[in-house]
This record gives sequence, structure tokens and C-alpha cells, in this order.
Amino acid sequence: MTTKKTLFDKVWDAHVVESAQNGPQILYIDKHLIHEVTSPQAFNELEARGIPIYRPNKIVATADHNTPTLNQDLSIKDKLSRKQLEQLSENCKKNGITLYELGHKYNGIVHVMAPELGITQPGMTMVCGDSHTSTHGAFGTIAFGIGTSQVAQVFASQCLLLTKPKSLRVTVNGRLKNGVLPKDVILYIISKLGTNSGTGYFCEYAGDVFENMSMEGRMTVCNMSIEMGARGGMIAPDETTFEYVKGREFSPKGEAFDKKVAYWKTLPTDEDAVFDKEYYFDAADIEPMVTYGTNPGMGIKISETIPVDDNASFKKSLEYMNFEAGESLIDKPINYVFIGSCTNSRIEDFRVAANFIKGKQKADNVTAWLVPGSKQVEAQIINEGLKDIFEDAGFELRQPGCSACLAMNDDKIPQGEYCVSTSNRNFEGRQGQGSRTILASPLVAAATAVAGKIVDVTKDIETLELA
Amino acid sequence: MEKFTTLTSRAIPLAIENVDTDQIIPARFLKATDKQGFGDNMFRDWRFDKHGNINKDFSLNNPKYSGSILVAGDNFGCGSSREHAAWALVGYGFKVIVSSFFADIFKGNALNNGLLPVQISEGFLKILLETVEAKPETQIVVDLKNQTISISNSDVSEAFNIDAYKKTCMINGYDDIDYLLSKKEQIETFEAEHF
Repeated sequence: MTTKKTLFDKVWDAHVVESAQNGPQILYIDKHLIHEVTSPQAFNELEARGIPIYRPNKIVATADHNTPTLNQDLSIKDKLSRKQLEQLSENCKKNGITLYELGHKYNGIVHVMAPELGITQPGMTMVCGDSHTSTHGAFGTIAFGIGTSQVAQVFASQCLLLTKPKSLRVTVNGRLKNGVLPKDVILYIISKLGTNSGTGYFCEYAGDVFENMSMEGRMTVCNMSIEMGARGGMIAPDETTFEYVKGREFSPKGEAFDKKVAYWKTLPTDEDAVFDKEYYFDAADIEPMVTYGTNPGMGIKISETIPVDDNASFKKSLEYMNFEAGESLIDKPINYVFIGSCTNSRIEDFRVAANFIKGKQKADNVTAWLVPGSKQVEAQIINEGLKDIFEDAGFELRQPGCSACLAMNDDKIPQGEYCVSTSNRNFEGRQGQGSRTILASPLVAAATAVAGKIVDVTKDIETLELA
Repeated sequence: MEKFTTLTSRAIPLAIENVDTDQIIPARFLKATDKQGFGDNMFRDWRFDKHGNINKDFSLNNPKYSGSILVAGDNFGCGSSREHAAWALVGYGFKVIVSSFFADIFKGNALNNGLLPVQISEGFLKILLETVEAKPETQIVVDLKNQTISISNSDVSEAFNIDAYKKTCMINGYDDIDYLLSKKEQIETFEAEHF
């Protein structure tokens, strides 16, 4: 009898160069994505040790974390930021690495630009010095974030030394209610499982909900796998995947594509394959979600109240947020709304927001930033006429980048202010010193911006027209 | 990488769970292109208020605590993959982080920088935190070779696990690049067979 394999096993096993007995394995990496913040020290390390970059043609670079979202054509004011970007350009030039620098038509957030260019393909192994690399798992790819020492290892050998993680499967069956978006699905899962249930595991998402989801939705889900501790998340490639990959800039063409599809079709988890851990949820139980605390596991349905807990860290978290246990978030005044980040900055996210916003006005108290994930998404927003809808409603469309998700650039939420944000982390100070983040879907974010406070979108959700 | 065998030191308690890498080193300090200076900004927004005044309530600012061991709450190092967090802890002077649970990427980053993550049971963590808080002069002994962590001059001790390969690296100061470069031939063979 042949061993039943999971999707993860199949991709992993196809990339093992060598296994040490009872030790780590050498895993070959197909694509290495880099950006300005976590690569400079790795380039320095190799240079200091006189080691050349082994496979520069398997590396793609972009500038995203520390870039301005206004006036990208002008020289960057902040000296350190400018230097970091200059160093990326220099390092790429010196080593023959493809770089989509600021202003390039392919520039964008690393986890938005690689899939839309067809760089991300099923069955690959992909890494990047960024924990949200798990995004690419939406294609049935083993993709995970690495530290800078590992960036240097991949530079030197196109490989990593790893111990194979355990396997976890989250199955969600049933039909999602109107207005429940992929972001709500993953926030719901993390709120049920907690922020470390996935640590040491690679997660596969299975069931009707993911099978019926678009590629962009799948990316939103896989993106946040790391927020429950899992190094990566994966969804089996299917017709939706093949259709998405087909015809993109760097995807295989013609016969080569057909050959790949035949292989990709062999990747889904075998029936009866065994996972180390399994969880099941019912789609009907999921509603639009919001977070109330300082980690992504602290989430509730928008209509629920904040739970009561005696744990000291829980209390510290509520104190930071200035929320009370047992209270509802409905009607909380909100002055900042951010729609963007590698979680929710693709065209479908902006379509959802635009459909809700159309014909309405942003509340006067709200500063609303819309930050596309890439130059290509920005162009789509303009071409589809969404820019006009946003600007007529008083929203500000800015230029692509990570922006207020981690507030490395000037896009910071002021001290003490709440921001309803489509990003992935609500850690203390994540969006600026003293800022308070409430994670939500693009729909909840848009509704908040219009009302100037958190509103129960479930009330008129049945009549909402979404995209 | 610096070698690590044993360490005897006082410890600093940080009884907070889910300490994320954004707290260890906030994103606004990630603009440097070398590994130096991150220690100055470690736990910046917990150590100082926004005007730069010292937060006296924070354990790292309490003069009664010192040492190169940090004893932290469950799920230490969650969040971002930034290795700057490990560089900051090392830069500040820590050599060992003790917790009942570590996030994956942080754990790997720590090991790649000679910073030893020691994972212990929740019960032992409670004992360590209480002991250090009550008697800050307590010496903690971390013995990597025998994989034990103990309270000096007592029989309070616990064994900890570490990947055998990583243990060898820590004791000898090796890193993965040396190992991977020694496997160049196998990597080239893999490429020839697959591409």
C-alpha cells in the first residue's frame, strides 16, 4: 500500500535535497522574494564572508515596507529610509537580481505583486524575510517567512536547513452568509484557535468555503496563518487556481502550462491522508468580525460583546485598548480607517469597499486611507472608475506599499486613536506609537468610515450588494 | 556566531504573555542596514513613554533586577519575522530567553544569533518568575550540554529540549551557511535532476 500524502507532504518531499538521520532536511527553494528591510544584513553577511549569491535568477526584489505612499516620484525625505532603498537597488544591481523598485509598473507589496505577475505558482517552495509569505500558500505552494540569517542561507545555497513541521487541517463547510468575507473567515478561525495553536504546524484549509473562494480571498486567508502561529497555510490548487495563473507575465505558456497543470492536479491531499491535528467549523456560524485586543486571536463577531477574562495579560490588553470587558464595540467612534496591507489590498477588496461607499459620504471625523497593494492594483482602481467613487466620497487613494499596516513610513495613526484596519496585526503600537488597531474586513472598514463609528453591518447585510 | 555552553546569571522577569516582535523592536527602528544598535531600542515603548521618560513600572527598568537571562510569559516572540528582534535582545545583553512557549520564526532567529531559547513547562515558569521576583539575587544556571535549567544552590531544576543539530551549532558556534555550503554537490545534483 502506498502512503497517503497531504498536499504539504507532496510539495515538501519533492524539494528535499538531503535528509540527515534524525536531523534537519535540506529543502530546495524555488523562489526567493526579498525587500528592503530584511535583506541588507544578509547581503552584508555574504559579502563579508566572500560568498557569491548562488542563484540570482531565482530571486525577485521589490521595495514596499519602508516606502512613502505620496509623491513616490520625488526623492524620499527620511535619510535612513532613502538609504535603505538605495542599498536594495545597489545590492540587486551588483548581484544581477530583478528589482521592481519604487515607481516601476510591477512595484508593490511583495505578497501582492508576486501572485499577480505569475511568479507564484502551485507546487513551489517560496520564502521571503516576511512572516506574511504564507499568503502564497493560496496556490498550493509551500511559502513561509524567514529571518535574515535564513535569507543569507538561501542567497548562499538556494536551500534551507529545516525540520519538517507537523500537519494541521482546518475544514470549513457550508455557505457563508452575505457580507461575510474571507477576512472574517480567518479572523473567526484565529479567534477560536488562538495565536499559538498552529505553532510548529503547516496548515491546510479545506472544505466548501475555500473551494468556492476566489484566489484573492484564498490569499487573504493564507496570509493570516502566521497569526495563529502556523508557519504557513495552503489551499489545494484547482480550476480557480489554474485560471488565475494562466496568462500572467511569468507563468508558463502553451504546452508548458498544460504540462504544469497536469502535475498541479496531482497535488491535492490524498483521501484518507492523516493530519496531526484537525479542526472543523461551520460556515453558517461565521459573521463579520472585529478584534478588541492586542493580538489577532482577540476577535469577536461584530454583534458580540468583549469576553470577560481574569488573565493579567488579557486585562493589560484591554487597558491598552481602553475597552471594558463585557461591552460591545458597536457605536464606538472611530477617527481612522485603513484599507490596505498584504491581507486586503487587492482589487476585490477595493470593489467591495467601492460598492458599499458608492453614493455615500465619509463621516467628517474620519481620515480614510486607501492604499493599493501594487501599481497594477492602483491601475485597476483607476480603470474601473473606483477612484472617482472613493474621491467623491471623501476617501484618499494613496500610492502602493505596506503603509499603515506597520507604519514604518509616515503613515502613522496618532497616539490613543482607534483605527479600523484591514491589515493583519493589532499589536500595541503596530500602526504608530500608542495607536489602537481594530482588525476587520474591507466591508466593515468602509461602513465604519461612512458612519464615523463601528456599526452592525449584519443588520442590513442581506440587502447589501457586494461586488 | 558566539559559542554557548553554560551560563550562570541573575534573571529579569517579564511576566507578560504573547510578547510580539513589534514590542521587542518597533517597526520604526528597522531602517538600519547593519545589525548594530538595536539593543538601545529593545522594548522601546515599554521602557520609555513617548517623551523618552523612563517607565519605572516596567521590570527591565527596575534596578533590583539584572542579568543576561530574560524569563518571559507564554508564546514569546510571536508576530513578524524580523530578526532585528533577536539582534535587539542580544545587543541589550541577553544570552538566554526562558518561556513556556516560543513562536517558530523567533526561535530560529534566536538560535541563529547565539541566543538560547529555553522552553520549560508552565509550572516551572511560574516557579522561576516567583523566585526571581521574590529574590532577585537568585542565580539561574543554564547548562546546554546537559539540557537543564536550575536554580543555583537548590534542587529546583528542569530538563529542556533542543534540536540536536542546533545544539551542536550553539556549542561550537557554527551556522547553517557553513553546513549548506558543504552540501553544494548534492544541491547541484538536485538541480540537474529537477530543472
